[in-house]
Amino acid sequence: MDLMAILSAVADPLIITTVLACTLYGALVGAMPGLTATMAVALLVPFTYFMDPVQAVAAIVATTTTAIFAGDISGALLKMPGTPASAAYVEDSYALAQNGQPRTTLFVSLFASVVGGVIGVLMLSLASPQLARLATSFSSDEAFWLATLGLSCAVFVGGSSVPRNFASLFIGLAVATVGIDVAVGHPRYTFGLDELYDGISFIPAMIGLFALSELLRNAATGTETRLGRLTVEPIAQALRNAAAEIRRRWASVLRSGTGGTVIGALPGAGADVAAWISYALSRRFSRTPEKFGKGHLEGIVDGGAANNAAVAGAWTPALVFGIPGDSVTAIAIGVLLMKGLTPGPDIFTSDATLVYTLFGAFLLANVLMVITGGLAIAMATQLLRVPRSVLMPLVLMLSMIGGYAIMGSTMAIWIILVLGVVGYAMARAGIPLAPAILGIVLGQVVEDNFMVSMMKAQGDITQFFERDAAAVLGVITLVVWGVLLLRAVLDMFGPRRARGRKET
Amino acid sequence: MKTVTKAIAVTALVAGAGTAVQAQSCDWQPDRAVTYIVPWGAGGGTDANSRMLASMLEQKWDVPFNVVNRTGGNGVTGHSAIARADPDGYTVGAVTVEINTMHWVGLTDLTMDDITPIALVDIVPASVLVGKDSPFETLEGLLDHARENPGDLTGSGTSLGGIWHLALAGMLNAEGMAPDAIRWIPSQGAAPAMQELLAGGVDVATPALSEGKSLVEAGELRALAYMHDSPMAALPDVPLTANALDSGWTLAAYITISGPGDMPEEIACSYEKAVAEIVQTDEWAEFKASRGAEVVSMPSAELVDYMKASDAALGDTIKAVGLAK
Repeated sequence: MDLMAILSAVADPLIITTVLACTLYGALVGAMPGLTATMAVALLVPFTYFMDPVQAVAAIVATTTTAIFAGDISGALLKMPGTPASAAYVEDSYALAQNGQPRTTLFVSLFASVVGGVIGVLMLSLASPQLARLATSFSSDEAFWLATLGLSCAVFVGGSSVPRNFASLFIGLAVATVGIDVAVGHPRYTFGLDELYDGISFIPAMIGLFALSELLRNAATGTETRLGRLTVEPIAQALRNAAAEIRRRWASVLRSGTGGTVIGALPGAGADVAAWISYALSRRFSRTPEKFGKGHLEGIVDGGAANNAAVAGAWTPALVFGIPGDSVTAIAIGVLLMKGLTPGPDIFTSDATLVYTLFGAFLLANVLMVITGGLAIAMATQLLRVPRSVLMPLVLMLSMIGGYAIMGSTMAIWIILVLGVVGYAMARAGIPLAPAILGIVLGQVVEDNFMVSMMKAQGDITQFFERDAAAVLGVITLVVWGVLLLRAVLDMFGPRRARGRKET
Repeated sequence: MKTVTKAIAVTALVAGAGTAVQAQSCDWQPDRAVTYIVPWGAGGGTDANSRMLASMLEQKWDVPFNVVNRTGGNGVTGHSAIARADPDGYTVGAVTVEINTMHWVGLTDLTMDDITPIALVDIVPASVLVGKDSPFETLEGLLDHARENPGDLTGSGTSLGGIWHLALAGMLNAEGMAPDAIRWIPSQGAAPAMQELLAGGVDVATPALSEGKSLVEAGELRALAYMHDSPMAALPDVPLTANALDSGWTLAAYITISGPGDMPEEIACSYEKAVAEIVQTDEWAEFKASRGAEVVSMPSAELVDYMKASDAALGDTIKAVGLAK
């Protein structure tokens, strides 16, 4: 695919303005705890009616790209990841922000996101048909293993000991069992409430587990800590540090960017699985794995690059086969159809300009994100001047409204309250919160695919290794489990080491 | 509030709703924002149709129409929200064919008597799709194989007891086979089912024709038939089950715009009039054509009969499949 054609397709003042406006809008929505990339795009749809197809696609692409990055901002500053994709490294980014490096952390996040995003676009423009072919060869067997691998990574990398990570994951999985199960359509743990039929939505769950529990913890300590007392480094210094960090870890960025794109293209996975697997790999190959989870930039670089790359990857099955990989691309396909463009293998020849523009808009959005994202960081870090006792209740109120808006029901507020108490209890017991979020997000994916595979095979469990790709993924997962079990056994019988973990 | 509305709905049910007062002027207009509830997710067919209709109503009446996706519970959540809202004209919604299936499978007590159908928005026939490498070239071939080897083939398209499951099981039943002669593999909607079909995980999928259109045109999937009695402009060469099968089996899902139960006739007929005008515009026709669908319209009286007939037919199918509770 011709890079010049891509660039010339977007060298139009109208497109550039649209992309700029949408990156700002995406940054704003994404940084708001409780509002998601999907919601940002859904709100954009009525405006796309009045745009031409090229402009509409550019707007959607620019909005999602920045919204996914901006989820890191609330994660680092408030320990409230804006999206589950940011949850993988929230412990690190929050710890760093507390240590007086909020801007450096966020700029590292931003630069990793930008480079990851650019890698994603380049792979998209070079290899979409091949990627899409790979994605459509995935049946429920492969999707099951991939999601299971994602879950295993949570146990592998969570900062705490293996048993504690397991505990957290299983709490998440238990929450994920609420709702109608796909296999037999039977409601579970819904207590007859219609609102629970669809399960516990991860947005209110995240607000409860992370935000409310943090608030409760502050209230319980009794001392009024002012976030403003923490030092915020000058922007120029933060920029320099962040750029140096990314330069030093270029190999990690490259690895996570490519991996993230591929994972993003696969069904059953998305930006969240991409971030977790990359974070786990990063820790596995790191020279200083013990620093992970306590405020280490390395994991943020990998996770941040992977989740933004995955956003680009998610477009391949949508563009090439018209199969939406997530709700954002589902909306995008709807908009394309409305403009008389049918996604499919022919779109690369029949609507080449549109495809070029899509790639161009991705590229442009990632570049302009440096500016708008930087602006968002500069503004958001001002928040640290507000006393925490004023800021946190305000944030909680806003995110409760956000949670309510997502579910359209007061059930969201109950979920926030209940899970807030659960999160507080977990934190008191030294159980990390992040694996629970992944459990909530992926629990249903794992279960659905397992049940579907079992029904297809009529109960024959060897079916999970019957297909080539499934066998490979299955073996990798089993090896990871083996290592985990070994570690757990060693933890139990080996010499006790003081882990000294307080912050979870 | 909720119980009051429910009580009214029940009264209406007992009184045998539809004692329409004639000679309405039908010129009611909303003077503030209207909530348009969609029981299905953003990006789907119901969502797209409803958003388009909402934006055109917005232009027509010059008040905002806010589309709210109340998803969940296989449609129960959204449909309940529509049925239980105040019938004051400021809440309408996209009631879909599931209003006639949910109560049969025991998901809810809600039936079409609890809502006020206003106008038909879309008719969506089910299709019969196989992969491009499938040995089956015709619907007859597929059904003959299923007849001789019951349980050998698998099909997908939606959840267990969902409308596309009823399409397949109902067709098998109508052709004198066990409804599970092709085993149903549940999925979270049409897109994952098509993914499975492409990956070779299942043998056949029976989602909405419009969902499979682009993959069929691209040659990735083969459409063996669609379950309708009149040809659609989108794929004119694909056989119709009404002609191909002895039983003449057809099944189409539909999308309506409906109000809460017991909506005053004056308001309902004003909406009906407005929608009738909208579906005649070029803008609506273009939108429909872009999705490979036909413009449909039906007076509300006819729509009620149509939905009643569909309720009875789907009830028979659900009982035959053994999912009735």
